[in-house]
Amino acid sequence: MSAAMILRRPFFWIIAAIIALFAVAPTLGNDVELREDLLLAAVYIILASNLNLMLGYAGYVNFGSIVFFGLGGYFCVYFMSALGWGLASAALVGGAAVSAFALLFGLGILRLRGAYFALSTIGVNEAVMAFVTNFAPWGGGTGIYLSTELFQPLGGPAHALWVIYYMLVGVMGLSLYLSYFIKISKFGLGLLAIGQNEDAAGVLGVPTPRYKALAYCVSAFLPAVAGGLYFFKGAFIQPTDAFDLQFSTEAIVIAMLGGQGTVLGPALGAFIYEQLRSWLLTSDTFANFQLVIAGALLLVIVLFAPGGLMGWLYGFWPRLKKVLE
Amino acid sequence: MTALLVIERLNMRFGGLAAVQDLSFTVEEHEILGLIGPNGAGKSTLFNLINGVFAPNSGRVVFRGADITGMPPYLVARAGLARTHQIVQPLGAMSVRENCIVSACFGRENLPLARASKAAEEAAIFVGLADRLDSLASQLTIAGKKRLELARALAAQPTLLLLDEVLAGLNSTEVERMIDVIRRIRERGITILMIEHLMQAIMTLSDRIVVLNIGQKLAEGSPTAVANDPAVIEAYLGDPALAAEFRGVA
Amino acid sequence: MIGLLASLLDGLLVGSVYGLAAMGISLIWGVMDVINLTHGAMIVAGMFGLYLLVNDLGVPVYVALPPVLVGGLLVGVALYWVAVHRMIGRPPLMSLLSTFSVNLVLIGLGTAEWGTVLFNVPVSLPGFSIGRYTFPGTHIMAAVLTGVIAGVLYLFLFHTRPGKAVRAVSGNREAAELVGIPTTRVLALAFGLGVALACVSGMLIGTLFPFTVLSGDAYQLKSFVVTVLGGLGNPAGALIGGIALGLFEGLTTPFMPVSWTLVFEFVLFVVVLIAFPGGLLNFRWSRRVG
Repeated sequence: MSAAMILRRPFFWIIAAIIALFAVAPTLGNDVELREDLLLAAVYIILASNLNLMLGYAGYVNFGSIVFFGLGGYFCVYFMSALGWGLASAALVGGAAVSAFALLFGLGILRLRGAYFALSTIGVNEAVMAFVTNFAPWGGGTGIYLSTELFQPLGGPAHALWVIYYMLVGVMGLSLYLSYFIKISKFGLGLLAIGQNEDAAGVLGVPTPRYKALAYCVSAFLPAVAGGLYFFKGAFIQPTDAFDLQFSTEAIVIAMLGGQGTVLGPALGAFIYEQLRSWLLTSDTFANFQLVIAGALLLVIVLFAPGGLMGWLYGFWPRLKKVLE
Repeated sequence: MTALLVIERLNMRFGGLAAVQDLSFTVEEHEILGLIGPNGAGKSTLFNLINGVFAPNSGRVVFRGADITGMPPYLVARAGLARTHQIVQPLGAMSVRENCIVSACFGRENLPLARASKAAEEAAIFVGLADRLDSLASQLTIAGKKRLELARALAAQPTLLLLDEVLAGLNSTEVERMIDVIRRIRERGITILMIEHLMQAIMTLSDRIVVLNIGQKLAEGSPTAVANDPAVIEAYLGDPALAAEFRGVA
Repeated sequence: MIGLLASLLDGLLVGSVYGLAAMGISLIWGVMDVINLTHGAMIVAGMFGLYLLVNDLGVPVYVALPPVLVGGLLVGVALYWVAVHRMIGRPPLMSLLSTFSVNLVLIGLGTAEWGTVLFNVPVSLPGFSIGRYTFPGTHIMAAVLTGVIAGVLYLFLFHTRPGKAVRAVSGNREAAELVGIPTTRVLALAFGLGVALACVSGMLIGTLFPFTVLSGDAYQLKSFVVTVLGGLGNPAGALIGGIALGLFEGLTTPFMPVSWTLVFEFVLFVVVLIAFPGGLLNFRWSRRVG
């Protein structure tokens, strides 16, 4: 598909509009609070979009996808504090390192089907967390603290926060475009076939082991980069935060809520979930019930609307499928 | 004519059960070879052994001179061997067109997406699914799904086509149509190995027949020869009256 | 050396309880091809059931077993109807997510109610000593009770009508329906049994070790490791696998920090599955019929 043809597709511009919205909204009026809200939403979108490549396309649930985010965070923070690298290179190289790690692990655990794969992704997260907790160069259980000096090259702490925000929005945009381009590519078709019926896909010639490993590896990159940016911003990383399963659980709920297997789904889901969450946190009764609400929401979606919001919209207006992926 | 597919002393055991025992035969280029036998004779297992779903305990499968024994199914498909399934396996949430595009993209032709669409359409029209191109595969009738299996296999432009009971569950009109399609497939130069229970169909379509019983080759030859083979009659048909009728057909 | 032997023997006792837990997973998986991700929460439910019965109602420790068993059965049947019934026949991803979501809700409610505080049910039972080594009475009792329950389960599955119905449905659901077995009710029963087993094993573990609301995860992982060691859908194999895991723990815990035990078990889990996709005691051909 040529660049010209892609530029003519309305969906390309819809994604561009979302990116623009994220970038512009808090900038007008220098709204720091909005920026922080949107930053969290952007992180959720990054996590959900990338895990959607495995979940919605290939039909493989990655419960422990947070491991990519956390490891990426560790690599980036380490490169910056111990080796004195700049943010961009630290984050990118961290992303590449995590992708390589994912490829290695993926080749092993992707031979497992269904539930066993899902469970082993939790195991991968737990194993990495146990390892990092005992790994002295990365601060072990106490973690790594970053000195504020590292914010100077970015124009000081206040300015740096804006830079990091725009970079994260960029990563979010890349995640959405990645989702989209994969979906309309031959690779994406193969993944979707695997998701429908893996054995039949193999018989039709889809190189299932290679495609699954590639999807897993690709789904690790952008979350790892985002993790680098996120933890640099907080100037602190420790194992229990970096490998918090709750985060990837929420990403799954978001992907399902918005519509697994669609590009827009994770974005819509993140938006709705964020609103729900902030409303819950302000209400005294429900503050402790975050996971309960997430679980109940997921149950309702799985039982009654497995296609999520996008699925529901497609059911109403089938023509929408041609415009909104 | 050169042997397109060579089955050489294949053996497959599942626990205590020998599903395929020391089986050998060849499929010649451009022929239609029929595979018949009572239920449990090992026919579907044989197909699974050929296209790589199972790896045999011993023996070889040679396709176009290359040893494909135990190769994973996607590599076998890439080599030019396509198959349909006895229990249909549609990619349910995709349309007929998309199902065929998958095959066209990943089968022997390995086409890029843009060209695959055309090949997919042609295959679907060829089997008679022209008016269902954009229907969801899960919404087709059983006959439609069987035709989709065939269309998908064809979309890859295979050299050898394995048909696993494509006629089962179809009414007489549908059977007629399918027989016609199969003939036209052969006219295109595609070699066919087909499992079938419908005697009339397989006897008229096949150039040669191989009879399996309890995983072993019972007989091999022209339809007439096989129909008159006492061993076949005894194993397969049992009843002499039925056997006479059988001979009358061939 | 003798110390190691004692550790192994103790591992055997504790391992049998792991086997009991794993039987719960194995039964459900074997009968309806569903991986019950509420398993961990149900183990915790058994632990807290024990705690509430003993502490708040003054029930003697082992007398708590029948109510926990029955309670687990009822909860399991309810869970089936809520989260599993509609998922039968759908892609496995769906039942995975539905049981996972129920687990989230249950653990979320649990932490809201009890936090992450450590709970303990002290049980004093005379142990069995050989020389310097004492085998805690609780461990011996737990193993004995496990044997009893496993025996009862066997009798149920092989010598009662409902039990045979369960086995029939697990073998071939369509055929079972054709001969008039009410498959839906049987599936609900089987799920209830699986959960009951989880609850009872939780109760027994509660007599052995202290626990929190979050303890379920570790035991759930152990259950899966055991299922994989003993073969999917094979309850007898689960018991053997549990003992094997107990032995493994007995062998390794003297030599490494506790946090690494789980990691090793996870590695074992993945490695065994990759080498034997059907489980160790039940290795099948690795690919499915097309």
